Amino acid sequence: MAEVKRLNTPLTDEDIKGLKIGDNVLITGEILTARDTAHKKMVEFLDKGEKLPFDIKGQLIYYVGPSPTRPGQVIGSAGPTTSGRMNKYAPRILEAGSKGMIGKGEMGAGVPDALKKYKGAYFIVVGGAAALISKSIVANELVAWEEMGAEAVRKYTVKDFPVIVAQDCHGGNMFVEGVKKYQRI
Amino acid sequence: MRQIDAAKITETVKKLCIDANYYLGKDVMDALEAAHKKEESPVGKEIISQILENDKIAAEGVFPMCQDTGAAVVFVEQGAFVFVNGNLTEAINEGVRQGYKEGYLRKSMCDPITRKNTGDNTPAIIHLDIVPGDKLKIIVAPKGGGSENMSFVKMMKPADGIEGVKDFVIESVKKAGSNPCPPIIVGVGIGGIFEKCAQIAKKALLRTIGSKHPDPFYADLEAELLEKVNMTGVGPQGLGGTVTALAVFVEVHPCHIASFPSAVNINCHAARHKEAVI
Repeated sequence: MAEVKRLNTPLTDEDIKGLKIGDNVLITGEILTARDTAHKKMVEFLDKGEKLPFDIKGQLIYYVGPSPTRPGQVIGSAGPTTSGRMNKYAPRILEAGSKGMIGKGEMGAGVPDALKKYKGAYFIVVGGAAALISKSIVANELVAWEEMGAEAVRKYTVKDFPVIVAQDCHGGNMFVEGVKKYQRI
Repeated sequence: MRQIDAAKITETVKKLCIDANYYLGKDVMDALEAAHKKEESPVGKEIISQILENDKIAAEGVFPMCQDTGAAVVFVEQGAFVFVNGNLTEAINEGVRQGYKEGYLRKSMCDPITRKNTGDNTPAIIHLDIVPGDKLKIIVAPKGGGSENMSFVKMMKPADGIEGVKDFVIESVKKAGSNPCPPIIVGVGIGGIFEKCAQIAKKALLRTIGSKHPDPFYADLEAELLEKVNMTGVGPQGLGGTVTALAVFVEVHPCHIASFPSAVNINCHAARHKEAVI
């Protein structure tokens, strides 16, 4: 692997400012998981001015919906889901103190501006590399909204979780710049 | 007539669902190895090496290669001299039910409006063909949501011709961008009718990487499209690079004199399909 940066969560503004697109990063610490329904609910809490049932300050939100866990394992396969579905919610979550998101695919709408404004980063894990990713998840516990089943918010304890910076707080977007570099038609 | 027990079909479908999700075909692994050598972007190279490592871990049989273990797409070719002793559809669905449970595979099928999960990944999407002979061939091709969402059907005009098809394919790959988890496999259906072109585009994804269309004209088209798709710059995971697709497969069907339907169905690099003949 090329040069690798290491980050421990929770993250600070300084951590984020030091990242640029294309950086390979290994994350260690805790990350929160949420997808469509959990985001809808988080934003409902924030809209009402209520406190979330978990702390998102400095945290990263991982967009994931794993396969079932086998007995004796921490988790099943746990690769990323398409992040664009969370475009609508991500700026609010960043505003509330989260330092970024982990998923796959480009994030648009208000997300690039929100990454600049609230000092956040968008990381990708390799879509379809779910078995590999699962090896770096060492613990997995329910945090909130159990009734949502597969969409409940969970906390993963990760060790050297491999991500790539895809969109940074300096306005960098690798989905645009990376493609431009190799585009010939 | 040759009689085949429904229970035998269930057993076969169950095994194929599990095998498809853990053991990636050798043709795809070889294509990924070649892509790793070919990719010019350092980030793209790193992504492909992670995919290769992932697929080797999956083949140990504990973690499916992707958490999205797909909708269960099942192609059945039933010999005209085969009599199924029982309900074929239910036998397939029962195989899916058992395979997804015993294989610790994710259940991803839900009501389109309420989004309530059916709980067992049924119903399977079944395509049935009656063919000559007394055998029953079953192909299980689990299909992930991320790549399936990047599918397009276009009712072109006959005057659009072959150039129209080329533009449509390139435009579709660009539009899909990072979403279908590139490097991808592109299935192209040309002709038929609205649903037929979509179905042959999906069927194209079952082909072995390295195989060519038997008609040299379409074999050349496949090669040209692959080269062009890899010039879009989309690259591994859409972060830029020289390997956007591992293969482009074209399937063709005659169409109405007033029509020119065409379809693009994209598969992610976890190009899963396993088959068995009973």
